[in-house]
Amino acid sequence: MGYNCIVLVKQVPDTKRITGQAMNEDGTVNRAALPAIFNPEDLNALEMALEIKEKYGGKVTVITMGLPTAAEVLRQSLYRGADGVILLTDRRCAASDTLATSYILSCAVAKLNPDIVLCGRQAIDGDTAQVGPQTAEKLGFPQITYVEQLLSLTGKTLTAKRNLGNGWQEVKTSLPALLTVIDTANEPRVPSARRLMKYKGAKCRLEVEAAAKTDPSIDVESTCKGLEKRGLLIRQWDLDTVGADFGLVRARWVAD
Amino acid sequence: MIDVNKQGEVWVFAEHHEGTLEETSIELLSKGRQLADQLKVPLAAALAGNGVEELCVRLGQYGADKVYLAEHPLLKRYQASSYAKAMCGLIVKHKPQIVLYGATPVGRDLAPRIASAMKAGLTADCTDLQIGRHEIKSTGQTFENLLLQIRPAFGGNIIATIINYDRWPQMATVREGVMPMPEPVGTRKAKVIREATDLTPSDLLVEILSEHRQQKKVNLKSSRIIVAGGAGVGSRENFKLVWDLANCLGGAAGATRAAVDLGFIDRDHQVGQTGTTVRPSLYIAIGLSGAIQHQAGMAASQKIIAINNDPDAPIFNIAHYKIVGDLNEVAPKMIKAIREKA
Ligand SMILES: Cc1cc2nc3c(=O)[nH]c(=O)nc-3n(C[C@H](O)[C@H](O)[C@H](O)COP(=O)(O)OP(=O)(O)OC[C@H]3O[C@@H](n4cnc5c(N)ncnc54)[C@H](O)[C@@H]3O)c2cc1C
Repeated sequence: MGYNCIVLVKQVPDTKRITGQAMNEDGTVNRAALPAIFNPEDLNALEMALEIKEKYGGKVTVITMGLPTAAEVLRQSLYRGADGVILLTDRRCAASDTLATSYILSCAVAKLNPDIVLCGRQAIDGDTAQVGPQTAEKLGFPQITYVEQLLSLTGKTLTAKRNLGNGWQEVKTSLPALLTVIDTANEPRVPSARRLMKYKGAKCRLEVEAAAKTDPSIDVESTCKGLEKRGLLIRQWDLDTVGADFGLVRARWVAD
Repeated sequence: MIDVNKQGEVWVFAEHHEGTLEETSIELLSKGRQLADQLKVPLAAALAGNGVEELCVRLGQYGADKVYLAEHPLLKRYQASSYAKAMCGLIVKHKPQIVLYGATPVGRDLAPRIASAMKAGLTADCTDLQIGRHEIKSTGQTFENLLLQIRPAFGGNIIATIINYDRWPQMATVREGVMPMPEPVGTRKAKVIREATDLTPSDLLVEILSEHRQQKKVNLKSSRIIVAGGAGVGSRENFKLVWDLANCLGGAAGATRAAVDLGFIDRDHQVGQTGTTVRPSLYIAIGLSGAIQHQAGMAASQKIIAINNDPDAPIFNIAHYKIVGDLNEVAPKMIKAIREKA
């Protein structure tokens, strides 16, 4: 038994550390000049998923959509206790807006047949808080936003407390469902030293390919095979793997 | 997605709780009025609920020309799935060009669900809305009379203008307190259009077990301790430092106008000439310069502690205790020290 939990996480620029150097002359932000971090509230979502697994059994799979460098948040998830991780990466996803992002994520989530999908309430680079509800809508799942506490899980029924800032609400729903988790929900655990030693070498194929470009002695195929054997090859999916229709993905927003 | 239609109306989602309209919805009516007049189209409120017809009167007084009223027993309490279904039905039928929502917990829960179902664009947390044109430089294509959706981005470090020229309606959630409250006009009346809504119990995806709403009134005037943050705090997120320090001292959070304008905190927290005038026992000023208009509202505080990394900041001229340093180092230390003592 137990619950199949999926956590959607994002690697974000650390917007707290923005300095003059990180601003381009035209007033836009030079993302590359900012340290990339695990979106804070996504760590709360991961923590909630890990607590569910510890209490009720099951497994936790973490998905991130982004550039190959986003594999770092997947390693961070492995250090904390995730059972499986997936990097959703595709050049065609560049500059996706929240509609495209939630569409692609929903395709990936649907493949995994989850009981509970968890995400952080919002990402600190966009602050939109849209991807969670939009993914829920695409999957036809109930959404419970602003979750502060998981009250109970029995069979296919979940109850949770939502903190709305101006009050709270206790709600009940049947699984599968999508939850967005807020920062006051829990204190995310730090990486375990044992797991860190075990997984620090985990890599996705694109990272191996990038390394092979600068170091010709690396053979991509055999390195990936070796990683896979040791359970260290990070699964990598693209639009075709998840069955997403590229025509629907094309971002058509313009930000000045 | 609906077709682009320049005759489409401007809509405001009328949020209500226990028989009263949410203030943000009223603020949006004043902004919506302006946008609708510029576009020369009617302003309408979309009102979903059960037994809420009497709210139509106020919606009219605050500027709506029309109210689309969707009443159904299953809409008695707000939840995302049923309200989204009702709203999508209205949008598909009447094809408004703009739909605005308050960036309240309800608006931020509902609007993305609608946007996803409609495959329409949505901009979160706008601080300003304007009508303007846009040119796509690569193709030379131009669009007139688009909704310019203006919001802080990157944790408040830049201001972005977002447009949506083809995935209509153009939708945005708007931050609470950034638009002025209109004056009601007693004689103004909205035309009420009743809409049938087709809902079944299977449209309710969650069950609300219990609910509690707090009166969230900021009461700066009666607070003995105020911790105020300025532009130097850097972001809405980082304003947590101000909130935390205020909370652990049992005080209230205040702000400068710059911090409010940057969207770090809501307007009712503003101290100063155009905000609230306060005289607490203790005023802690964090990352604010102490402009004359700010001092006008707080200089009479009994004790003032200022934290600023600029030793020449004017706030130091009136502070009793001066801490020259980076607020990101000083404030967490203060919070830690106070918490440890408690
Ligand atoms: C008609 C009118 C009415 C106004 N009414 C009001 C009003 O009611 N209330 C009000 O507040 N303002 C009002 N203003 C605006 C006022 O003039 C100032 O622009 C505003 O108060 C400045 O806000 P600030 O101190 O937050 O920002 P700034 O002046 O930009 O100051 C930021 C400060 O933060 C410091 N800082 C930056 N980073 C750090 C760090 N890491 N650590 C420590 N310190 C740091 C900087 O040294 C600087 O001193 C009004 C203006 C006008 C014209």
